[in-house]
Amino acid sequence: MSAPDRRELLRGLAGAATIALAPGVTLHVFEAQARAPDQKVSAKTRWGMLIDVGKCGDGCTACVEACKTENGWGGGTRSRTDAQWIRALTVRDPKTKAAVTLPMMCQHCANPPCVDVCPTGASFRRADGIVLVDKHICIGCRYCVMACPYGARSFVHEAVTDPKPHAPRGKGTVESCTLCVHRIDAGHEPACAEACADRAGGAMLFGDLNDPDSEIAKRVVRYRTVKVRADLGCDPGVAYRNL
Amino acid sequence: MTARGRLVLVAALAALVAVAAGAAALTRFKGTDRPHVPRGQGEACVADTDWIRRNHMVALDRQRDATVHEGLRTPRFSLAGCLACHAVAGEDGRAVTAADSRHFCRVCHDYAAVRVDCFDCHASRPERMAEAAGSKR
Repeated sequence: MSAPDRRELLRGLAGAATIALAPGVTLHVFEAQARAPDQKVSAKTRWGMLIDVGKCGDGCTACVEACKTENGWGGGTRSRTDAQWIRALTVRDPKTKAAVTLPMMCQHCANPPCVDVCPTGASFRRADGIVLVDKHICIGCRYCVMACPYGARSFVHEAVTDPKPHAPRGKGTVESCTLCVHRIDAGHEPACAEACADRAGGAMLFGDLNDPDSEIAKRVVRYRTVKVRADLGCDPGVAYRNL
Repeated sequence: MTARGRLVLVAALAALVAVAAGAAALTRFKGTDRPHVPRGQGEACVADTDWIRRNHMVALDRQRDATVHEGLRTPRFSLAGCLACHAVAGEDGRAVTAADSRHFCRVCHDYAAVRVDCFDCHASRPERMAEAAGSKR
């Protein structure tokens, strides 16, 4: 099914939905009402994500690959210093040796330590809860890289060639997951969540935590979820289930 | 040399000096070649051309802060919009990047010797030339 057909089919739908195309074949969609281009972001919305780790396959990197393609990072040869917006992390119980794989990226905290330490105001939290770096005023000091408890931020060490028009990237600045802010502003879900639903286990649910009718808000209430290092009080926007 | 001969010589020298001075004056006032700015593909620019020439950097600066911090994505002064309309096709059919001296921004900025930082981070061309052709902002 081509993209315009799909949009036609889904016109009028809001929130996340799963549509049965044929027995056993489903199409996951996220179609939110896009803000008008001249409308400012507001605190009425808080974007967040619920990740069901139980649905993450061993060695699955669909979300990571989708993020690379969407935002134009990756492809470097220095794994220790290359930028990394999202990574598949395997955590193991030292006693039982039971292991789970989960995606780890910027947790879009309500109280982000990276914003606290930024000396120029380049690290900021947008009204709708997305934590971003304004690279126009980032001086590359990397305080935020040190402050982030989730290791979510990277420094760009080398010149970037041919970045994506919607995801500018430049040497000497810090970057991290933007929750695909360009897609959200256009009414779409982040690339990782879309790829996970289309090509992997459908573990990532994206939505507005402040909207009680949204699928994510309902599930966060219904199921027991974990926020990584909740003890730090950062109040992440990303919650994990079955972790 | 006769008086008439001297007169002719003086007249010839004077004529030579006049021609040389004229040529020098012409060279001085001709100046360097003005930049040949490629035309955009839309019907008209988003604002008056003279205003854009003087103030495009201010408009882009304001737009950038509004977009990054407040999520305002009005198309009028969007950098991607400028680049889509003013894309210059290269030999491979794709738009040329700012590394090419034919790039729309480069043409004037090279002439004025003003370095632009935008393309240290931003894409300097639309992803597909088709986007450029279809752009009507």
